[in-house]
Amino acid sequence: MLNLSINGNRQALDIDPQTPLLWAIRDYVGLTGTKYSCGIAQCGSCTVYLDGAPVRSCITPVSDAVGKEVTTIEGLSTPAGQAVQAAWKELEVVQCGFCQSGQIMSAASLLHRNQKPSDADIDQAMQGNLCRCATYARIRQAIKVAAGKLSGGQS
Amino acid sequence: MNTKQIINLSRRRFVAGSTASLVSLTLGILPSVKAEQREAGPGIAGKAPETAGDFSPNAFLRIDADGMVTVISKHLEMGQGTYTGMATLVAEELDADWDKVRVEGAPADAGRYNNLFWGKAQGTGGSTAMANSWEQMRRAGAAAREMLVQAAAEQWQVDAAQITVSSGVIKHAASGRQAGFGELAELAAKQPVPELIELKDPESFKLIGKHIPRKDSLEKINGQALFTQDIQLPGMLTAVVLHPPRLGAKVLKVDRKGALAVKGVREVIDIPTGVAVVAEGFWQAKLGRDALTVTWDDSKAFDKSSEQILDDYRKLAQKPGLEARKAGDAVTAIAASDTSIESEYSVPFLSHSAMEPMNCVVRIDKDKCEVWNGEQMQTSDQHQIAGLLGLDPKQVHINMLYAGGSFGRRANPAADYLLETVHIAKALKPGTPLKMIWSREDDTHGGYYRPLYLHRLRAALDDQGDPEAWEQRIVGQSILKGTPFESVMVKDGVDMTSVEGAANLPYEIKHIQVDLHSPDLPVPVLWWRSVGSTHTAFAVESFVDELAVKAGQDPLAYRRKLLRSHPRHLAVLNLAAEKAGWGESLGRNRGQGIAVHESFNSYVAQVAEVSVRRDVISVDRVVIAVDCGVAINPDVIEAQMQGGMGFGLSAALFSELTFKDGSVEQSNFNDYRILRIDQMPEVEVYIVPSAEPPTGVGEPATPVIAPAVANAVYAATGQRLRQLPLRLS
Repeated sequence: MLNLSINGNRQALDIDPQTPLLWAIRDYVGLTGTKYSCGIAQCGSCTVYLDGAPVRSCITPVSDAVGKEVTTIEGLSTPAGQAVQAAWKELEVVQCGFCQSGQIMSAASLLHRNQKPSDADIDQAMQGNLCRCATYARIRQAIKVAAGKLSGGQS
Repeated sequence: MNTKQIINLSRRRFVAGSTASLVSLTLGILPSVKAEQREAGPGIAGKAPETAGDFSPNAFLRIDADGMVTVISKHLEMGQGTYTGMATLVAEELDADWDKVRVEGAPADAGRYNNLFWGKAQGTGGSTAMANSWEQMRRAGAAAREMLVQAAAEQWQVDAAQITVSSGVIKHAASGRQAGFGELAELAAKQPVPELIELKDPESFKLIGKHIPRKDSLEKINGQALFTQDIQLPGMLTAVVLHPPRLGAKVLKVDRKGALAVKGVREVIDIPTGVAVVAEGFWQAKLGRDALTVTWDDSKAFDKSSEQILDDYRKLAQKPGLEARKAGDAVTAIAASDTSIESEYSVPFLSHSAMEPMNCVVRIDKDKCEVWNGEQMQTSDQHQIAGLLGLDPKQVHINMLYAGGSFGRRANPAADYLLETVHIAKALKPGTPLKMIWSREDDTHGGYYRPLYLHRLRAALDDQGDPEAWEQRIVGQSILKGTPFESVMVKDGVDMTSVEGAANLPYEIKHIQVDLHSPDLPVPVLWWRSVGSTHTAFAVESFVDELAVKAGQDPLAYRRKLLRSHPRHLAVLNLAAEKAGWGESLGRNRGQGIAVHESFNSYVAQVAEVSVRRDVISVDRVVIAVDCGVAINPDVIEAQMQGGMGFGLSAALFSELTFKDGSVEQSNFNDYRILRIDQMPEVEVYIVPSAEPPTGVGEPATPVIAPAVANAVYAATGQRLRQLPLRLS
């Protein structure tokens, strides 16, 4: 039995410890905001946090999450996370939306580390998150808007 | 649920109208567009319907007792903003409160929910959603508004003419009475459906043309939006399929023991497309598939390589093909000219590679089948599934979910991944919900690609350097051959989707000849965002640039001269050039390129600025001008221009699907490369103000970027790149 804490809720899962965290979250816990798209850490759609640090859940064995706090898009509640989600809404970033949970998790993580990211910082932090709709222009803008709000209204 | 439908459906009429067969699909997309527009489209704005009851507002909206307006979208939301657009049209004429409008997907029903440009077939494609719905949805909203007003007049015993509606509130100023939609919904349902409907003067639009929020944003931001991948049903099983490594190979022998030994694996099932492993969840099914041992019979498998195909096409391009356009005598004029020029352009196979790999959920019972899918072609899929199960199409209920991208892949007349799912579910205990998920590798190998194409272009210039003759020979597989669309959209052997963007060359040239070879190959092919224009725009707009260079003229001025009688092309061309600062020197290793192209009745021009460093092409800035008629939602249009261009930029710079001895060489995003954020240029979008009926925006930005970038690379380096993806040597 694997004891996990996901978004503050305890979960006991009787599954193969090598099962990727992604499928534990989706198929056994039933949280579907985290998406499967590539399975080999090439696209970032499955990004979640382990103790606040972003990981690609498609290649992370669920056993790695034992004893750590897992945060998914459904549980993202940091000020940076909320600022990113608000900016995403304000700038209407989403199109098909499938990659956006991962984009938002990565963007919030960037702002956790760096409250005033430059364009180069944004490109570097976000280049592992693919968007086939190419919403990249608005993702850049939205991260700047969120950063501005976090640092007191100046964007 | 306390939903009160404000208008009772005339069920009998709709059922009678929903018996469309696959044959009705053959009314086609492109050829019928113009005719349908005349009959059901924008040409009769503001007038009554031609025959009473040829549309019915109730099929498209419902208002509940709380005043919530639910707009029922006949079109798929796959990112292009359709749900928002459909709701905008209804809410505008209804004078609804935008915050109290929600959208849900319509069920499959060719009688009620057909695409007006496609005859009696329901589907989303060809950038037609807003164009075909422009009047229909506004009428739906206007009819409902009128019935609410009549209900208020009856309830308050006042003159209907003195009642106003604004932002979801119905008012009679003289008596000081007012009510929300919900309070009058029940009474409104009893009013007669108005026969004569007056639509608003565009001057009084409150939602159309304004910046209003998307309807699908919030749930896509907080992880609550439901895609096919997210459907969870009690007792549901998950399947993955082992497909043959080479196209056309068949299963010879399966050793199931390893798979069945994996914990959680329930069944291993032979299906026509391979071997399916059914398990409790995806990961177990995948482990089960890894443990399968299958011997394949390759005797009839595809064995060609992309290089070989290209060579074959090159030879074919030396021979005349079927005529797609002929004006004057281009061949003779070119033979007689001493300033002729010849070039070959080619593009590879491409996978759609939507972020959500193909998947489908079905539950089959004795006399019905329920489907959950990001549905791009509802009624065709419904017929295909019904055919496989021996059911009446009405017994196949399709739940339309959001699609995590599609770009044409989920609009397959062959319904490939849906039928694969049905084949598996059919072998399970009746009533077992089954989710079939393709891995990314399955999706990349799954076929239905944008075909590989080769273009051979020749031209002759006159004394002024203007082209007097243009000959374009196109070689590539037909997308429509063998589909129900063939009978209408393949004319005298010419697949319209192979030559669109070339046969309708807008440039003023005396002698024009465009012809086509459509060789057969076993590689399944399909439309890919902007279809024929994905290759014709690249070939045409690059070659025009070559002519301008040969003539020693500015590429913008050259195009302007040849487009003098095409005002909509000219307007976008001039706007993009002006905003981009066309002609400014960008310095060493940098250059500007321009291209203009019409697709799906929308006009797009793009100016690309590129830098070249150590043979790496970086696109720094792209300026886009678009004329799509009335701009229903400028914010969505801007997003589609940015994203459509970005989608095309993937193909311009990175994406390439190649065959080696019958097998696809790429498998995932590591080798089938698509654009990443650090490769996305700065983008500016300008919309030409227009009162023309709205046309599509989902596709038209995509085909323009490859030639704009190729032309910019030429300006920067002097190297003319004629093959996609663009590579400097």
